[in-house]
Amino acid sequence: MDDTALDDGALDDGALDGNAIGGLLIEVFGTEMTTAVATCGSCGAASQVAELVVYMPGLGTVVRCRSCDAMLMTFVQIRGVVCVDLEGLASLG
Amino acid sequence: MPPVSRGFHRKRAAAPADRIPPGQYLTRDFPVLSAGPTPRTALARWTFSIEGGHERKSWTWEEFRALPSEKLTTDIHCVTRWSKLDTRWEGVSLDVLLAGMEHDAPYALAFSDGGYTTNVPVADLLDGKAWVVFGYDGGPLGAEHGGPARLLVPHLYFWKSAKWVRGIRLLDRDQPGFWENYGYNMYGDPWREQRYAGD
Amino acid sequence: MAGTAVRGRLNTWLTATVGAVTEETARARTLRLEVPQWPGHRAGQHVDVRLTAEDGYQAERAYSIASAPGEPLAITVELVDDGEVSPWLTREARPGDLMEVRGPIGGYFVWEPGLGAPLLLAAGGSGVVPLRSMLRERSRAGSTVPVRLLYSSRSLDDVIYRAELDAAPAGVEVIHALTRSQPPGWTGYARRVDKRMLAEVAWPAAPGDGASKPLAYVCGPTSFVETVAAALVDLGYPPVRVRTERFGASGR
Repeated sequence: MDDTALDDGALDDGALDGNAIGGLLIEVFGTEMTTAVATCGSCGAASQVAELVVYMPGLGTVVRCRSCDAMLMTFVQIRGVVCVDLEGLASLG
Repeated sequence: MPPVSRGFHRKRAAAPADRIPPGQYLTRDFPVLSAGPTPRTALARWTFSIEGGHERKSWTWEEFRALPSEKLTTDIHCVTRWSKLDTRWEGVSLDVLLAGMEHDAPYALAFSDGGYTTNVPVADLLDGKAWVVFGYDGGPLGAEHGGPARLLVPHLYFWKSAKWVRGIRLLDRDQPGFWENYGYNMYGDPWREQRYAGD
Repeated sequence: MAGTAVRGRLNTWLTATVGAVTEETARARTLRLEVPQWPGHRAGQHVDVRLTAEDGYQAERAYSIASAPGEPLAITVELVDDGEVSPWLTREARPGDLMEVRGPIGGYFVWEPGLGAPLLLAAGGSGVVPLRSMLRERSRAGSTVPVRLLYSSRSLDDVIYRAELDAAPAGVEVIHALTRSQPPGWTGYARRVDKRMLAEVAWPAAPGDGASKPLAYVCGPTSFVETVAAALVDLGYPPVRVRTERFGASGR
């Protein structure tokens, strides 16, 4: 069976983790944030930002809870302005 | 001006200009771009519904697949700048789905498994401009590309072609969907380069 | 002022000049970068790289730092088919060319010798880059922490840093898994990394206090990382002792 597609990640949904947005978070928060603890507003799960699920479909960045998939943070950058939506978080720090 | 990286340039269109909208480049891939995990709705539980009109209509998968469907070949244009030509689809026209429904609502909001939404004027769903597609490139539409069924509105930027679509809600006023809420254009015509609000 | 590092703001783009270039494999290349105000970095961190075209068009990507703390900044880039930035970095860029970098970035996927513990490093493809920085740091610091690196590649020709890994110092074991093709006479692993392989390769998850439990760093495509991390937890590794960094198909 040719599983090379799996090697290339071609069959996955493109999910990364919070390490991938380290630079974006520095831009938004002015400091290193990948070890900050994020608490999900939906299920209460707490984890370091580096361990959250990150989707980057090109239109924006969506960060989700690894336990329940709820959207925690969304970042959209248009014409040099970053729109930051943190409504899914109970806390971040 | 930041230092120029010698020899670096944006990907360029390598196809007839009348097929590639401004600012786009041609790709042979079909990138999988998602804002969340791929939903896995069982066909036995899948429905497509039209809400907000004078009546609510809903089809099960069997009922949906029994509707007249058609094959089409079209170009698609993503706001992330890639365009893909001659993509082949199979699906049910929105003209068929909306037929016989009394509706004077000018706007629609498509909604999907996983919570994604996007808005399209009803006029842009009618007259052979939009489908709910279940087939791609001669086979069933794969889950990563929106299967079992997605909306296809190829004359607008591809974020309007909602993956994993489960229905449309008819509205009196235009309402921003998921990306529109964050600043993407309410309409999204690639030929007028309407990527963001205010374009 | 000799030896004093000047700390710039993290959110500043610094001009980088391409120095020496090393072709690691047919598709991967290491670029030494000269950055005048570079503040230094930790093993495992990455930089954001930004390219600017003549017409002002810009593209940004993140690349793991391949060199150890204290060594000149270097990144290793693997070509992504139909990519936008990696083709320039791997095929076009030459010494003297310019780009911008921001960083160093990352406080989670980092290792320093003071963390102790037997180290299990698991690399899928270009996921080996930040782990190589950790191995070089281990050598530079004179650390004797035992290390096993399980490195999955499609073929021997795709193994990055092959000569360096073949000459790994005492205390560092490198185990290759070649998933697509193997050279004649190959007696090593010839399949994708799975739980059975990890059970054979990983340091046993020891009972006892946290500091002596093995520490794992897993880096590569998401599917690789999920498989390895889940297997290690199944084998008894506390989740907090398994650090993960997922790369996309778009590289890193």
